[in-house]
Amino acid sequence: MSGPINWFSQIISVTKFGLLSVPQRRGSVAAALFGVAGVVAVLVGVLSIAAGFRRAMAASGSPDSAIVLRSGADSEMVSGLGRDNTRVIAEAPGLARTAEGPLASAELFVIINLPKRTTGTDANVPLRGVEQPAFKVREELKIIDGRPFEWGKNEVIVGQGAAREFAGLQVGGKIPVGRYEWPVVGIFSARGASAESEIWTDARVLQQAYNRGDSFQSVYAKLTSPAAFQQFADALTTDPRLNVKVIRQPDFYAEQSTAMTKLITTLGVLVASLMAIGAVFGALNTMYSSVSARTREIATLRALGFGRGAVVVSVMLESIALALVGGAVGAALAYWAFNGFQTATMNWQSFSQITFAFAVTPQLLIQGMVWAVLIGLVGGLFPAIRAARLPIAAALREL
Amino acid sequence: MKFLHLTWSNLKRKKLRTALTLLSILVAFVLYGLLSAIKQALVGGVELAGQDRLVVRHKVSIIQLLPESYKARMERIPGVALASHQTWFGGIYQDPKNFFMQNPVVPQEFLQLHPEILLPEDQKKAWFQTRTGAIVGRKIAERFKWKIGDKVPIQTPIWPKADGGQTWDFDIVGIYDGKEKQTDTTWLLFHYDYFEEGRSYGKGQVGWYTIRIKDPSKAAEIARAVDDEFANSSAETKTEPEGAFVQGWAKQVGNIALMTASILGAVFFTILLVTGNTMSQSVRERTGELGVLKAIGFTNGQVLALVLLESCVLALLGGLLGLGLAWLLISRGDPTGGMLPLFFFPTQDVLLGVGISLALGLVTGIFPAWQAMRLRVAEALRRI
Repeated sequence: MSGPINWFSQIISVTKFGLLSVPQRRGSVAAALFGVAGVVAVLVGVLSIAAGFRRAMAASGSPDSAIVLRSGADSEMVSGLGRDNTRVIAEAPGLARTAEGPLASAELFVIINLPKRTTGTDANVPLRGVEQPAFKVREELKIIDGRPFEWGKNEVIVGQGAAREFAGLQVGGKIPVGRYEWPVVGIFSARGASAESEIWTDARVLQQAYNRGDSFQSVYAKLTSPAAFQQFADALTTDPRLNVKVIRQPDFYAEQSTAMTKLITTLGVLVASLMAIGAVFGALNTMYSSVSARTREIATLRALGFGRGAVVVSVMLESIALALVGGAVGAALAYWAFNGFQTATMNWQSFSQITFAFAVTPQLLIQGMVWAVLIGLVGGLFPAIRAARLPIAAALREL
Repeated sequence: MKFLHLTWSNLKRKKLRTALTLLSILVAFVLYGLLSAIKQALVGGVELAGQDRLVVRHKVSIIQLLPESYKARMERIPGVALASHQTWFGGIYQDPKNFFMQNPVVPQEFLQLHPEILLPEDQKKAWFQTRTGAIVGRKIAERFKWKIGDKVPIQTPIWPKADGGQTWDFDIVGIYDGKEKQTDTTWLLFHYDYFEEGRSYGKGQVGWYTIRIKDPSKAAEIARAVDDEFANSSAETKTEPEGAFVQGWAKQVGNIALMTASILGAVFFTILLVTGNTMSQSVRERTGELGVLKAIGFTNGQVLALVLLESCVLALLGGLLGLGLAWLLISRGDPTGGMLPLFFFPTQDVLLGVGISLALGLVTGIFPAWQAMRLRVAEALRRI
């Protein structure tokens, strides 16, 4: 006998036999399938929130840009820099320069209450005052509707995420700042970055409106190259006139998203694990009934000389195949229901709203399928062992 | 009751199947319990909000400060019993990840406004008398192992001191408990006077006001009167009931109720399928026996009840065990390490859980029970 080949053909025939009997066990198979599909859909769905949030943050900031905050501040909201500071920062080495001057924008970051379109309740929408280099520091920024605001005027432009989520933020709309109403003159996109959640205006105009004197909260800077960061950071942190910290922009945003993504991921995995336990029981139930419905057939095959190994493997294969189908259904469902779903939530670090889209990434889909396979594996293992251990004579007697 | 024995034997017939079904129901209810606690943690503050309290903040946004002088003007408005302010301190203890709330308050007024904060008399007195004194909630004290008499340094990037330093020292003089389960005991509260004297800017400015009104039914009216009082000033206000204010924060996070409900929906739908399938399978296997029962005189109603009883016993057993296990897990505390200060299993959700488990038993049992009831004796017996 050609050992391995024979073994494989045994496995194939027993598996085929099991799968062909699926239609007779519709109810229980469907229950197991839905169980696995539910787990995968919930897992992928919840984790896609974290992935989307992380993606919005990761899209913010290229490696050759840096942000300067007051030392000790972990977000712009709690930072503060005077005009004298920002002037020193704009002279630092490593900074990219154009004919108009250094690419460093001193910015003011405040929040404004605007009602959410969905609920009508107030939300903290970030309002950013920028200087002229801001548009060169963030090259991804593009006006997609209307026009840019005019410097020195009470006008704002709005990120497309914010425009979608909050009432009154369309070209021609107005936002109430103190006793005045500022017109919205344009909408911008920023490749999904967090700036899309923001409202932008001239920093000087905003300083007056918020009684901030001549102070800022951060400086956004474009460097000559990613490698110039060290030189730039060293120059600023060793300067006795300053008390600041310098962070690469991608690191800054990654830091901002960690707490949120950790919370969502923890909760998501917790919920999905519990559901997975439930689904394993569902799969076990199905596979046990599959095995017990075929007691005689399996015993006959064993009497004919089919090996225990072949029976174990084929029962497991059947279980994994069912779980994979369930997993695929769940993953497809999650993709269809959640991918690209636009929403806004509170970013506690910046104390303001950030808009983002749920992202069902290929990694998440793979992760979901891995869970499905694991559920199938565990759900098939014990019934497979029972099938292999069937006492042949006793099982045949049931005929 | 006399059928309970029969039901029990039926459940014991296929022990493994019963156990697996029981376990999947149990898991669903553990999940239900945990999600209830999480939802409670995120939106629960609303129930706790005082009916007779309004929150007054700057109209443009809460980060803008209001003059301290507004207090006297608010208290002159008819219907206002007391107004007191708080300010966001935004401090960091050891690590920025150790998030908790610290606010400078006027101690006497704060305690008057918040009767849900329970502080022993002697600690109250000590707090009033110690300028650098602070009281902390039970939960936060346990988390950082703080005792009365400890000196706690807290850094704040927002409020540098007049001498340029960022570190403020506090003496823990009291540990407060909450009157209700929902009371947040993760705050650190300290003297406004100490704060006012030490800060380098913003003097005479405070974060927001809480006011107590004499008649809760006049809340809307008084809120309008407060906002009118400060209209057209440099710091206009927005006044709303405390409940609405807290709810506003929860809504900023997103629609938590909907998210929890959809996850639970997916879970229960799955469990419904698994259990329903098990029940109909076991009824199908027993067609012959049910026929015998009917032949010896069981009425249709009794057969229906028998099968329903079986599914309900299964669902209730799994549900109660699951709720119990969830309660055990939840009482071990917040799994995220401090991000969810109000983490507990609300009583009404426990009761709702019991209700749901009963409903689950009925829904999964009704179809097989119906089939069993409609069974014709002759046909059923023929299948033996």
